[in-house]
Amino acid sequence: MRSAVGRGAVFVLVAALLWGFWEGYRWLWTRTGWTWPFRVDATSMPHLHDVFHALWLPARYQGPRLISVLLKASAFTAKEAAVGFAMGAAAGFVLGVVLAHFRVLQRGILPYAVASQTVPILVVAPMVVIYLGSKGLPGWFSVAVISAYLTFFPVTINTLRGLQAADRRALELMRSYAAGPWRVLWKLRVPSALPFIFAALKVSATASIVGAVIGELPSSIQDGLGGQILNYSQYYSTQPTGLWATNVIAAALGISFFIVILAAEKIVVRRAPENVA
Amino acid sequence: MTVVAVKDVSKQFGRGGTVALQGIDLEIAEREFVSLIGPSGCGKSTLLRIIGDLIQPSSGSVVVNGKPAREARIDRDYGIVFQDPVLYDWRTVGKNIALPLEMAGWPRRRRSERVREMLDLVELGGFGDHHPWQLSGGMQQRVSIARALSFDPALLLMDEPFGALDEMTRERLNLELLLIWERSGSTIVFVTHSISEAVFLSTRVVVMSPRPGRISDVIAIDLPQPRTATTREEPRFFELVTQVREALHLGREAESIA
Repeated sequence: MRSAVGRGAVFVLVAALLWGFWEGYRWLWTRTGWTWPFRVDATSMPHLHDVFHALWLPARYQGPRLISVLLKASAFTAKEAAVGFAMGAAAGFVLGVVLAHFRVLQRGILPYAVASQTVPILVVAPMVVIYLGSKGLPGWFSVAVISAYLTFFPVTINTLRGLQAADRRALELMRSYAAGPWRVLWKLRVPSALPFIFAALKVSATASIVGAVIGELPSSIQDGLGGQILNYSQYYSTQPTGLWATNVIAAALGISFFIVILAAEKIVVRRAPENVA
Repeated sequence: MTVVAVKDVSKQFGRGGTVALQGIDLEIAEREFVSLIGPSGCGKSTLLRIIGDLIQPSSGSVVVNGKPAREARIDRDYGIVFQDPVLYDWRTVGKNIALPLEMAGWPRRRRSERVREMLDLVELGGFGDHHPWQLSGGMQQRVSIARALSFDPALLLMDEPFGALDEMTRERLNLELLLIWERSGSTIVFVTHSISEAVFLSTRVVVMSPRPGRISDVIAIDLPQPRTATTREEPRFFELVTQVREALHLGREAESIA
């Protein structure tokens, strides 16, 4: 399945299978009246075509279509996530480089970096919003900072691991050229670390969306997907397709972030085909 | 002129650890091709690394090009070739060859000129824009030789450079290496554990024995230059191969007595 056509066919096939599974499950449970593990009806599992149809219906009475509302919200969240991702990835990379060069700091700082990720983001988010808000920074920037907080950690860990993965002989070679640490970093260690770093960036790209959505919730920002999710979860019992449709768009945003990183990796990382992670 | 002077060098790994080398004395003159041969564990690669200041001796001194080994390394007086080509996957063949030139701060135009010359020297003209993984093992090793020679070092250190290649490729590269040696006018220190390779290439073969690593014999190879494919068929070649083999066995007996 090397060709683009082949990959496209697999994608369509898997999508069709998932669709079939959803509708099949729905049909079987409604038909038999099974209620385990939950009751299946139009609220718990709306028809998928209803979900997609809802995107083309007006979001409010005589308002714009749901899809255009959600796309606008996506653009807002995407801005927060992109800025957050950029800040988080840069901070994560720099921290990884620093830790790789100073073993003492590894022992000193790494536990705190780990601890930072175990703190629930819902605890950190309001603090960030309030603190940065008091500095006069716009709300969306606070959300970007929260998103960065969820982004940096995988990048730090993989940068550290990747920088240490440089070939021993290649390091001897650099030594034979009397190359200083800075040169060794940019000409050898960073290029060898790139596959590791991109593996982390792919994780972080989707995490940055999650971070932005979650960051919007306690900061009472209404313009993004977080606001829409909050809104439609309140109307879930009467209009479940709204939340599901928001969900679909949020997922699509995450996937598109992922694809951007994938494309960047294809351009930046030049490796023997069998070595591509 | 003496290019390498090793005086009473010993190397012990860790306190109370293995004695890799003991009391090594070796002088290598300009334009010589010296092979270090011995069983694994005799410290031949360690000696090569000490000459290149990639590791430090526990005692003794190493002078390269009339200066301490460390200064010689910082002045980039030698090029090194390993058993693996150690090419950077993310660089094209041409950019791999240019790596030491970038380190030495050569301007771009001079770099690309030199890369073209080096590609011709190792007969890889037209492969400059390929990536390493598109080349065979033998071609990759030729790239690594071109990289080591690109900045015209007086000394070339080679650590079993053809050890991972098949016999046919190896013999062809042996001939090519001799041509390169002749054209470049450099001095070569060559680590190998193939007796016939050592005899075929060298002007002198240094026989080493293990535990502790030391020089057990030095055999001058008086085969006429330039050497060709038929050199391997001359009676004198076989005599010298036998002589080196016996020296290796003597070294081993000495070890079992000690």
